[in-house]
Parts: sequence; C-alpha cells; structure tokens
Amino acid sequence: MFALPKKQLIIFVIFALVVLTMPLWMSPLGAAYPGLLQKFAIYGLLALGFNILFGLTGYLSFGHAAFLGVGSYTAVWSFKLLTMDAVPAIILAAILSGLFALLIGYVSLRRSGIYFSILTLAFAQMSYNLAYSVLTPITNGETSLQLSLQDPRIIDLTFMERGQGLPTVSLLGIDMSGYSGFYFCAVVLIMGFFIAQKITISPFGLMLKGIKSNQNRMKYTGFNTRPYMLSAFVISGIYAGIAGGLLAVTDPLAGAERMQWTASGEVVLMTVLGGAGTLFGPIMGAWIVKYFENIFSAFNDTVLHNIFAFVPEGFREWVVSCAGLFVGEGWHLTLGLVFVIVVVFLPGGLMEGYRRIVSKFGAGKPNQPNSSAPDSPAPVKQPAE
Amino acid sequence: MDAILVQLLNGLDKGGAYALIALGLTLVFGTLGVVNFAHGALFMLGSFVAVAFRQLLTLESVVLSATELSPWGTPLEIRTSYATSWFGDFGTVLIDWSVPISVLIAIPIMLLIGIVMERGLIKHFYKRPHAEQILVTFGLAIVLQEVIKAMFGANPIPQPMPEMMRGAADIGIYLGMAENAVTYPWWRMIYFFFSLSIIGMVFAFLRFTTFGMVVRAGMADREMVGLLGIDIDKKFTIMFGLAAVVAGLAGVMYTPMLPPTYSVGMDFLVLSFVVVVVGGMGSLPGAVAAGFLLGILQSFSAMTEVKSIIPGIDQIIVYLVAVIILLVLPRGLFGRKGVMED
Repeated sequence: MFALPKKQLIIFVIFALVVLTMPLWMSPLGAAYPGLLQKFAIYGLLALGFNILFGLTGYLSFGHAAFLGVGSYTAVWSFKLLTMDAVPAIILAAILSGLFALLIGYVSLRRSGIYFSILTLAFAQMSYNLAYSVLTPITNGETSLQLSLQDPRIIDLTFMERGQGLPTVSLLGIDMSGYSGFYFCAVVLIMGFFIAQKITISPFGLMLKGIKSNQNRMKYTGFNTRPYMLSAFVISGIYAGIAGGLLAVTDPLAGAERMQWTASGEVVLMTVLGGAGTLFGPIMGAWIVKYFENIFSAFNDTVLHNIFAFVPEGFREWVVSCAGLFVGEGWHLTLGLVFVIVVVFLPGGLMEGYRRIVSKFGAGKPNQPNSSAPDSPAPVKQPAE
Repeated sequence: MDAILVQLLNGLDKGGAYALIALGLTLVFGTLGVVNFAHGALFMLGSFVAVAFRQLLTLESVVLSATELSPWGTPLEIRTSYATSWFGDFGTVLIDWSVPISVLIAIPIMLLIGIVMERGLIKHFYKRPHAEQILVTFGLAIVLQEVIKAMFGANPIPQPMPEMMRGAADIGIYLGMAENAVTYPWWRMIYFFFSLSIIGMVFAFLRFTTFGMVVRAGMADREMVGLLGIDIDKKFTIMFGLAAVVAGLAGVMYTPMLPPTYSVGMDFLVLSFVVVVVGGMGSLPGAVAAGFLLGILQSFSAMTEVKSIIPGIDQIIVYLVAVIILLVLPRGLFGRKGVMED
C-alpha cells in the first residue's frame, strides 16, 4: 500500500526533504519565518488538492474556497466544543468538508464544461452569503468565529482545570505556534503529496486522465465516469477542507471571506501558474504566489527609493511612482499581469516552461518527450458527438 | 397588493442591469464563442467613465480671498470649478447632468476599449479550450480592476443624479390607490426604461440591418458565412465592441444608485453569469428574460413575509434558481439545441 515505483519514490523523498528543510533554504530569500512557511505548506496542500480535480480531469471548479471555509469553521468548532488538540480538528474538518463536497459534487457533476464552473461558483456564493447572513449563529458572521473563555471544550476540561486566558492549539501537548506549527503543516503536506502521487500513477488516476482527454470515449468503452468524477471531486474537497483546518490550527479564527469566490480564483491562479496536471507545479505556484504576495506587499516608497538609488535625481521620482503601481497595494496588478502572460504564452504553467528549457538543452537524449517539436503531430481535435 | 407592486417595481431596475450585462455576455458568447469573465470589468469601466467625467468637470481653481476670513482665521478659499468659470450657468448645468452626459462619452470610449481588448488578447483564444478562455479573461479582469483601483482609489465614489430626477414618482395615485402607497424613485424608473430601450436597440440592430443579418448568420454558421466571402471576423470584433458598450452604459447609468468601486464589476459578473446560464447560453431573449426574472425574484425574496418563512432566502435565491434550472432544464430557459453541449 505504501510502495512506490523507484522513480516516484525518489521524487517523494526529494520533495519531503525540500519541504522539511524549508526554514534553511528559505532564509536567504528572506522568507524563513513560521507564519509564512505555514502558509506555504497550507496553500501548497490546497493547490495540490485542486489539481486532483482540475489537473487530472479538466473540470474547472470555481467554488473550492467553500470547502476551505467549511474546514476552517469545523476546526474552530472542534477547538471550542471538544479539545484544543489539532488532530481531531483536522479529522473532523476532513470528514465534514468531504460530506459537503459529496453533496455539491453530486449536483454539480451532472453538468460539464462551463456549466460545471458556474454551478460550483453558485454553490460557493450561496455558502458565502449564508455564512454572512442566516448562519451567523454558527459562523459568527462578519466578526468571524473565534475562541472564547466560556467555550465548553468537553474533552479538555474533564482532564484539566480551565486555565487563565485563551488556550492555544496543541498537538499532544506541543504548542502549535511557530515552527512546530509549520512542521505539523509540512508533514500533512508531505502526506498529501504521497497520496496525490499514488492517485496519479494508479488506474484510478489514469481513468481521470482519460476523462480529461475524452469523456465520451471513456463512456463508449464501458466506464461509468460519474463515480470516478465524484470521487475526484470529494478527494479534492477533502484536501481543501484539511487546508482550511490547518489555517485554523495555525490561527484559531475562521471568517466568511475565506469562502468568497475571489478566494476560489486564487487557488485556480496558483494551480495554473505552476502548471495544472503536474504534481509539483501547483505547489510551486502556491509558494510563488504567497512568497511574492508577502515580499511585494511589504514594499513601500522608501524601499523603492533605496532600490532605484542609482537612477539620476529627478527621473527617480517618476520611476518610483511607476514601480509603486506594481508593488505594495498594487501587488494584485502584478499577479494579474503575470497570470495573463502565463496563460497566453505558457498554458502549461511554469512546469511547461521548465520542460521546454530542458528539452531545448537536453535534445541529445533520445527519450526526452519533446512537446514543442515542430514535427510532433497537431493535437487531434475532439470530434463533435 | 401594493406591497407586491412595490417589490415588482424594485425588481425591474435591478433586473434591467442584469439583463444588460447578460445581453453583452451572451452576444460575445454567441458570436465569438468566448466565455468572457472580464465582462463585469467592462461594466465597472463604464461606471468609471462617469466618475472620470465628473471629476474633470469639477476640477476647481482655488483663489484666496483678499478680504474674507474663514472661521479659522485664515483667508477664505474661494473654489470655482473651471466648468462654471468658463461656461457660466451652462457649466453648472453640465455638472448637474454629468451622469446622463457620460452616456454619450462612454459610447466611443467603451467601443474602443472593447475593440482593443478583442484584437489585443481575446482573438488569440478562439481555438483554445473554454477553461483557458475563462482563465485569461479572469486574469484580465483582475488587471483592469487593479488599474482602476490605482487610479481612483479603493473607496466608493458617489455620483449624484441630476437635481430634476431626484425624488420619487407616486405611482399609486395613477392606479387609484391612496397617496404614497406605491412610490418609485424617478431614477430607477429611468434606468428601467433606459435598459429597455438599449435592449430594443440591440435587437433592432440585429434584426433590421444588413450588418445584423450577417452577424446572425455568422452566429448560426460561421464557416458558411466566411465561404460567402464575408470577413466575419471583422464583424465579430465590432460585436465585441458593441457588447462592451452595452455593459459600459449599464455601468454609467447605475452609478447614482450604487457608488462605484473597483470591485463592482466582479460582484455583477457572478450574478450575470448566473443570469446567462438560466436564460440559456447563446440566447439573447433568454438573457433578457432571465435578467428581469432574477431581478424581480430577488426583490420578492427580500420581503419580510417571505424571509420569515424561509430565512436567508434573499441571499441565495438567484443561485438556487440557477442550480434548479440547470438541473431540470440543462439548456436554460431559452437555450438552443447544440449550443455549448459537451
């Protein structure tokens, strides 16, 4: 069950090492502090899960943030009602978001293509609007769900006295803030990566890829594609739910804005930027988006003045004000531009860019799959059914 | 009875906005086959044409008064806008009527924006899958939104309506009801008739002109029209511009009701996509009918009587209707066979 082919095993070990040594190699990049590293791990997991749906089956969901929100709310409720331990919270988040995904997926997957995107979008907006209005007893509306001193916390309080101040999230007594929180998220991410790897190389994963390239042919060969699609949808919903739970573990607070459709758009952005359909691409996309969000947002005029100190006086003001459009508050502009450029020129994301470079310089190798070769046959157009 | 009438009226202007945006969206989809997630951004750009025009008109010259003092003891600043100082009373009228006048200005600007957008970016995506079209237009929407945010700031900028059109019409009297039983703000009524006339114009344009005939033929069978020696791509580019104009005008006229912010486009986009899907992908009458239908449904569900039966229904009614319609009638209300079916 835990066996992997040799090549995949190497990839897995390298990936695990890369993630676990993040605090080391991220420090020259100025990103080695726990808060950001936790985000890397969490959003990596989210994008990884989204990729199981979008990358493998080609179904573009615009409502993934709903599962993230459900996961967060569940985790915080578990902290409030049961225990401050992280594990039950994550498990409950996975179960509840899985059920939620089952419900939404069952309905949405009756349609495909753009209709599927709109249906998921509609469901996500519904959950968001409800979380803000009628469900305020559960979600606490705009003030967002928080821990309080009066929480029942049944399991915790049978074993110990109610302490002073707000309790913190822990894992078997280890406090889940700072680096320990990051390592917890990292381990979950590595586990998620392993499962995603298993799915990709399994017959189930091949089936999903078959659905992506031509669903009708899959049906003609006698496969009922619905259960496969639904399982892929639920799995990716569970990933999102766990990511939401982890967000709550690192910071026990859940707000409805996590469910807004722009949040779903962000996941899409990360996945496409890195390369949908590849294992590492979405995670890398998430890291890049979160890294630059953090770096660029911190830029202000003073920093820019220091950077452009070499530009002659008088001209400098102009350069700084131009560059100021793209950093700080305007960071989303940069993100949008980069995203458009990637979709136009590199539909396969950064991973495709990497592959193109490799195939250019490694052309001597005979087995290299050369996707950009001029003599490769044009993709066969899907016949109209 | 009057409560129902009030809600019906309230739904009409919102429905008008939905119908206009959905009309443009359907037009682009029907002609170019492109799923345009940047269409909401066009609505937003339109409303910011109105904002920019008013800001231009109200540019002020500041002169320090030699004699008068302000309450703080500093010389009083006399602010006069250039429009007033140049044109006198006409300038004041101009400022007062800035929103309706912006409609005229928005037409060429939006047409230009639409054509540039289509020629510059969208045209490269005709042959790509719908998912990639969604992605690239989504990215474009973010870019447009952020540019506007950088230029005009993140806060809503209220746009006053002309003095004459403030206040409300007492419709109840005409129907033999008591005074003030059913009132309807003038501007909302204007918006409703404005949207109706724009919709009428678009339909007449497609129905009764040679250009429209060619475009309709192109929607039905693009290849055949091309074989007849007609440069259908050029016509479709203009249709994209037209769709941008329709969305932009909807945005301009909506500004007095909802102070525009950079994010207004995204809010309307999701709703208008739902409208298009309910009406039927590629069906123009469907988009209009569904727009008004959803607008009216939304205002009915906001009644306290309805809310007390099903709490929260006003928040989700539009999406709920969309889900049900998509599951029961996969093609939407007026969808044609063979459009967007895979």
